[in-house]
Amino acid sequence: MSSACPPSACETCAVPRGPVERLGLDVSRFDHVIALAGNPNTGKSTVFNRLTGLRQHTGNWPGKTIARAEGGFAFNGRRYKIVDLPGTYSLRSASPDETVAREFILFGKPDVTVVVADATCLERNLNLALQILQITDRVVLCLNLMDEARAHGMEVDARGLAAELGVPVAPCAARSGEGVDRLLAEIEAVATGAFRARPYKLKLDVPGLAPARERLVAMLQERFPGLPNPEWIALRLLEGDRAVAAMVADGSLGRVSADHAALAVGGAAT
Amino acid sequence: MSAGGDDILKEAQALQWQLPRDFNDRLTEAIYAESARIAERTTARRGASRRLVWQRRVDRLLTSPATGFPIMGLCFAVVLWLTIAGANVPSALLADLLMGKVYPWLQHIAQGALPAWLAGLLVDGMYLATAWVVSVMLPPMAIFFPAFTLLEDLGYLPRVAFNLDRLFHRVGAHGKQALTMAMGYGCNAAGVIAARVIDSPRERLIAIVTNNFALCNGRWPTQILVATIFLGALAPAGLAGFVATGAVFAVAVLGLGLTLLTSWALSRTLLRGEASTFSLELPPYRPPNLWRTLYTSLIDRTLFVLWRAVVFAMPAGAVIWLVANVHVDGQSLAHWAVHGLDPLGLFLGLNGVILLAYVIAIPANEIVIPSVLMLTVLVGGHAGGEYAAGVLFEADDEAVRALLVSAGWSALTGVCLMLFSLCHNPCSTTLYTIYKETRSVKWTVLSAVMPTAIGVVLCASVAALWRWLA
Repeated sequence: MSSACPPSACETCAVPRGPVERLGLDVSRFDHVIALAGNPNTGKSTVFNRLTGLRQHTGNWPGKTIARAEGGFAFNGRRYKIVDLPGTYSLRSASPDETVAREFILFGKPDVTVVVADATCLERNLNLALQILQITDRVVLCLNLMDEARAHGMEVDARGLAAELGVPVAPCAARSGEGVDRLLAEIEAVATGAFRARPYKLKLDVPGLAPARERLVAMLQERFPGLPNPEWIALRLLEGDRAVAAMVADGSLGRVSADHAALAVGGAAT
Repeated sequence: MSAGGDDILKEAQALQWQLPRDFNDRLTEAIYAESARIAERTTARRGASRRLVWQRRVDRLLTSPATGFPIMGLCFAVVLWLTIAGANVPSALLADLLMGKVYPWLQHIAQGALPAWLAGLLVDGMYLATAWVVSVMLPPMAIFFPAFTLLEDLGYLPRVAFNLDRLFHRVGAHGKQALTMAMGYGCNAAGVIAARVIDSPRERLIAIVTNNFALCNGRWPTQILVATIFLGALAPAGLAGFVATGAVFAVAVLGLGLTLLTSWALSRTLLRGEASTFSLELPPYRPPNLWRTLYTSLIDRTLFVLWRAVVFAMPAGAVIWLVANVHVDGQSLAHWAVHGLDPLGLFLGLNGVILLAYVIAIPANEIVIPSVLMLTVLVGGHAGGEYAAGVLFEADDEAVRALLVSAGWSALTGVCLMLFSLCHNPCSTTLYTIYKETRSVKWTVLSAVMPTAIGVVLCASVAALWRWLA
């Protein structure tokens, strides 16, 4: 259990903690919103079911979760709403799945984004994790399928991974429930702010990028006040992302972020 | 604040010129290099993984052109055979309980307490239809769904999609259509919704319009029952199960063929275009959690579908009882309808009862067989005489066969019914789902008309050929 604790968790560590109370579809009066992201077929829906007690059908084939699913659970007296996003390999193209996932992570402002990664092919899964870390640092990496990794004769240094990424890493095997307590503790630590991420920043030594980006960020902030993460949107514009460009052109960027914010606040108030 | 952000875009475009031209690639590379570096530093491997080697070997066997298709066929046939062979006994037990014991008891109670017409409507109509649905559908579904779900959980479906991709690609459709088709084998409405995984609107429409050719669970029981009593019975007793399995298998393969044929036709005419590429990950084989799989497939799928069938069967039972008991000009409505439809039905190798049953069963395919049986008993009551009584009380395969044969059914009727069950309009739920997904009356109508037209042509040809040979 203690093999991979990030240093910050030690002050608040109380494993084993109170039991998780599964709330199924009841997502009223939640305190925190959690997004569940990850590559296809890494077991997001299994983690989702484990936490909520729902039995959303999970299948062993990529792309099973088409629309996003929502559920709830309570842990240590806090109520969480958890949103299961469609699995994607990247957030940089404009397929419907990727659009749903990145709009929610960016505009839905979840308190925690749990990135479910397949421990048996970490490299490919880290591609997505790094892209998500560009958008938000309120992330917990759930290192799932540890049982399969062991069967493959692989060892993953979760502690080293946490140090590299600057966010908590929870190794688990969601299918059997192994490590789920730890995952819950890390989610709580990030949600409550007990854990402060050391924001991971991808080094981009491209000449001329920094000033160009700053210029766009200033313009975006002026036009769309309260826009979450204008740095990321500026980068997307420089990359020529058509979906983001369209949202900027017709001004819907401001509306989308307002809608998502209203949704989160409205849900919390009822 | 309606102001657009055109000036921001212009500025962004201007700034792009100041960046290196391979800026996007550099970003991608930076992410990949960083992922590789971190993964390298944090994972260690103890020797070669035997499981990985084993998995590659299995994959080669399951996805090679030479062995992939035979294995796929074999898996499917085994599941079907288990369903057909295993469902017989529990079906007979259920029928004996629901119709042999509960039905007379209910009749006895109702006759004492209720007016005759109400007793008839409730017991002979609604109860009987429901009892039929339960005894005909529950046992095959309780075997078929868990078996199918086990294959799915093992990780076999992506391999099937991989094999079929070659075929779908050749007809101009998307490889993921194999997955939507697999969902369609459970429920066409679910298959239509699953077509959302296909990004290209053209290929998604093809997947939606052709999904009906995947036999849904409302039609498997029809196929299995008719194959067992009409085609299995032609073979010696020991081989009956295999012949019936072969017949259902042939219809399912015909469904695949029609899916490909219509996809090809659509992508050459109304939905012209080339197949787009996509990547499909072959997930590792995972040992399914047997008890959980059984539990979820029984609760979520079997009981869900059964409940839906029961909900539709009760009003259908009432309708059937009414059309059989409301008389106009000295004959019941059902009599008029059945005899009116008979010429068309016989031309298609079917009969008026079957066509009327398909009209009644528009809300749910599950109730076709119960409707056929009840209409046969109620309309042709005198013709079937003792058999009619028998089917109500015993209702095993033999009694059903005797009843239908006495009503003029032959092996041709069985074959044509199986074909028509494959090719006719989707149920109203599926049609509504198609409308919701496409927001187009045109595609919804096409989805209903195309399979029906194919079914009419197919049945009429088979009937003509059969009669010409005989």
